[in-house]
Amino acid sequence: MTQTNHIGKGANRVDGPLKVSGTAHYAGEFNVPNLAYGYVVNSPIAKGKVTRVHAEEVLGLPGVLAVYSHENVPHLAWFDRSYKDLLAPGGSPFRPLHTPDITFNQQPVALVVAETFELARYAAALLRVDYEQEPHETNLGTKRTEGYLPGGGKLGYAPPPPPRGNPEKAWKNATHSIEAEYAHGAQHHNPMELFAATVEWLADDKITVYDKTQGVFNVQRYLTGVFGLSKDNCRVVNQFMGGGFGSGLRPQYSVFMATLAALELKRSVRVTLTRQQMFSIGHRPNTLQLLKLGTNPDGSLAALQHHALHETSLFEDYTENVVNWSGMQYKCDNVKLGYQLAQLDVYSPQDMRAPGAATGNVGIEVAMDEMAYAAGLDPLEFRLRNYAERDQNVDKPFSSKKLRECYHEGAAKFGWDKRPLEPRSMRNGHLLTGWGMAGGVWDAMQMPSRASARLTADGRLLVLSGAGENGAGTYTIMTQIAAETLGLPLEAVTFELGDTDQPQAPLQGGSWTAASVGTAVKNACDALGQKLLKLAQKQKDSPLQGADYDEVEFVNGQLRLRRDPDQAVVLRDVLQASGETEVEADSTALPNMLKQNGYSLHSHNAVFAEVQVDEDLGTVRVTRVVNAVAAGRILNRKTARSQVLGGVVWGLGMALMEETIMDHKFGRYVNHNYAEYHIPVNADMPDIDVLFIHEEDDIVNPLGVKGIGEVGMLGVTAAIANAVFHATGKRVRDLPIMLDKLL
Amino acid sequence: MSQLLTSTPHRGGLPAPVPTGPVRLHINGQTQTLQLAPWTSLLDALREYAHLTGTKKGCDHGQCGACTVLVNGRRINSCLTLAVMHEDDDITTIEGLGTPDHLSPLQQAFVDHDAFQCGYCTPGQICSAQGLLNECRAHSEAEIKELMSGNLCRCGAYTGILNAVKEVVDKQ
Repeated sequence: MTQTNHIGKGANRVDGPLKVSGTAHYAGEFNVPNLAYGYVVNSPIAKGKVTRVHAEEVLGLPGVLAVYSHENVPHLAWFDRSYKDLLAPGGSPFRPLHTPDITFNQQPVALVVAETFELARYAAALLRVDYEQEPHETNLGTKRTEGYLPGGGKLGYAPPPPPRGNPEKAWKNATHSIEAEYAHGAQHHNPMELFAATVEWLADDKITVYDKTQGVFNVQRYLTGVFGLSKDNCRVVNQFMGGGFGSGLRPQYSVFMATLAALELKRSVRVTLTRQQMFSIGHRPNTLQLLKLGTNPDGSLAALQHHALHETSLFEDYTENVVNWSGMQYKCDNVKLGYQLAQLDVYSPQDMRAPGAATGNVGIEVAMDEMAYAAGLDPLEFRLRNYAERDQNVDKPFSSKKLRECYHEGAAKFGWDKRPLEPRSMRNGHLLTGWGMAGGVWDAMQMPSRASARLTADGRLLVLSGAGENGAGTYTIMTQIAAETLGLPLEAVTFELGDTDQPQAPLQGGSWTAASVGTAVKNACDALGQKLLKLAQKQKDSPLQGADYDEVEFVNGQLRLRRDPDQAVVLRDVLQASGETEVEADSTALPNMLKQNGYSLHSHNAVFAEVQVDEDLGTVRVTRVVNAVAAGRILNRKTARSQVLGGVVWGLGMALMEETIMDHKFGRYVNHNYAEYHIPVNADMPDIDVLFIHEEDDIVNPLGVKGIGEVGMLGVTAAIANAVFHATGKRVRDLPIMLDKLL
Repeated sequence: MSQLLTSTPHRGGLPAPVPTGPVRLHINGQTQTLQLAPWTSLLDALREYAHLTGTKKGCDHGQCGACTVLVNGRRINSCLTLAVMHEDDDITTIEGLGTPDHLSPLQQAFVDHDAFQCGYCTPGQICSAQGLLNECRAHSEAEIKELMSGNLCRCGAYTGILNAVKEVVDKQ
């Protein structure tokens, strides 16, 4: 019996008691001494320039300390590269307060700093700013023919693979074919926590920055580049993040503003954005997709064409992988994938949960449903006939792919076999019931990461890595990995994260944290374990004499021989007998390219959804969802399930509610608040079943984990859209599916 | 084709900010006197002046419920009320319901059911659930879901929230 096998079990979150008692501190909650407050003023126009900032008026108010704008901002870094963060796409990053030019609505134009938050807000409301307005364009529909291929892409972007076969001819000659356009508007991340930065001024050019971010090292890189600080004098901390979903991958203007004011005023400053301002920091881009599919007489795919066009800003080529997934998801020899951008007078889009994939997935998976109906096939049967055993984009096998099991187990749980093919065939009074399904695919990635581990004489293990905790459960799974590697109870292990003083970890995104930081933590603990073995072997009459590291195991606080568990020493005794007060080790974990090179690495899922549509009112309720996920090893069943549940909620929001509506006359989002940008609430919840499909994979990384945060959202939106078609016979191709589109 | 947007000057200078004064608040069983302006919301008073940051700001407009606290046992959005209006009231925040070492039954149920991810909406959810328990109106799953729908959760932990609240309701 081992009590120290933690991986795979459903331990409660180790940071749970802090979060439920209000004692977890988020960026805007560090009440450092002598704190001043900044409040941002944003542009009401989409294009033009600021002609005058009447700062002197509000500076006359007692307690107002400063007004910063392009008129008085001090000399900062000159070159674009100083402003480029780790996830900057091609182009020139936005520089807050740099010029009078306005390139998007809600662009920050000034920061008012005052002794209190209320006073800063008051003065900001009174600050007069004059503008010269120029005509703008925010409507993607006007740019259909002006799409262009993006320049330098950002980290993780891959241009679509070249066409294969003869997709146009194959489509024309297909037995059955479809062609359709799909669209969704801009969507905003809207994490619950507002973006905030508390900059603690310590001495001239020395600060500690508590920032809302998914990457403390990225913020440090940005601030040292822009403000000319040394790394030693610019510590960035984020131990808890109130949701990110991608919005915190790049440094936001809140941290620029707070740092600027702190350095200038030589005192600590906090800047917190408002919910309205949260709509000025990046979004999932408004996207148009054209899909053309065709089938052979046997129901196999003859042709697949998928083209996407989405908005970007005037200054950056924001890129995401929208269409590439379609070329690997199904077996098809005639494929053409296209991807273009169009510039509008909007802020740069930003990665938002399952960036690119969430968009492309709706295109391909609704089109597959349409194709199945055109070919007279059950949508699941159609997918099984076109199952991809290889990734044809790169012509490699998958390291593992249990999508077939996802389909079968998900369908069985849902009861898919009882589904009549014909739309509008399940009715209960005025309620039409529909069943839809879809699948998803996401990359299994690993980024370079470091970690350290230290065991002290009292038997406690401290593990450090500057990773992030935005709700995914990083504290908990890292504690589990460390505790299991060194055979300790969870209570004996403390994992700390989110500090640039710690070993460097990658951005918290892309579903790669478990694989990246997890492997670093395991490696660091193994390195520590090897030191402990050597210490143990130094003792006279050690039962472990001569044993190699792979011949021993750490279990229940003991270090023992695998082949003879009675030959054991107590870990704490080893340290005490050695006379050392502590033993420490650190490690870097890199992806094993040699091992991975021959394979395509991905997670998969299959989603089944039931909706009820009121025929008279057009209202849609999602009543049941089954989400079957194959994502390698599941480290914590409880927190992983929560991520997938959250993914279902996100998919539901994208299907039925979420849209940031642009008033093209003003070039301005009109529903930039929580009352009018709708996200699901508790009353919208369906019954959700999460199935984890057993999947072993020693190619992706030593832990065999693929990540779960993005893939859990995929398939959901399309399954719901397909269910709405099954219920009503109406195919809605522009999201969200609101009641007016069904009446 | 540019157009000038020139602001109108403030006539007679800017109105001076309102002065502060002592405000006595009973928070979590303790009385403290804070120096506050009348325009300071109860939420800002708690977070910025009493340094009780467990109460969260998610929208400042009464749209998300993250700032929910209990005033005389009733759940309210603390961003939609001014601190000076509550001198004689009994205010309970998340910090008053339990501590990490002594969690309340609701707090423990939230941990057990993994009824949160990032944790930012959680204090508001728990205060709201506590208020719901005080109201004695939650008799079914549908009622709990409906009556907890003033509290947004962007991580989508609603299923866990429902199960956590239900567990405590059922034990009552």
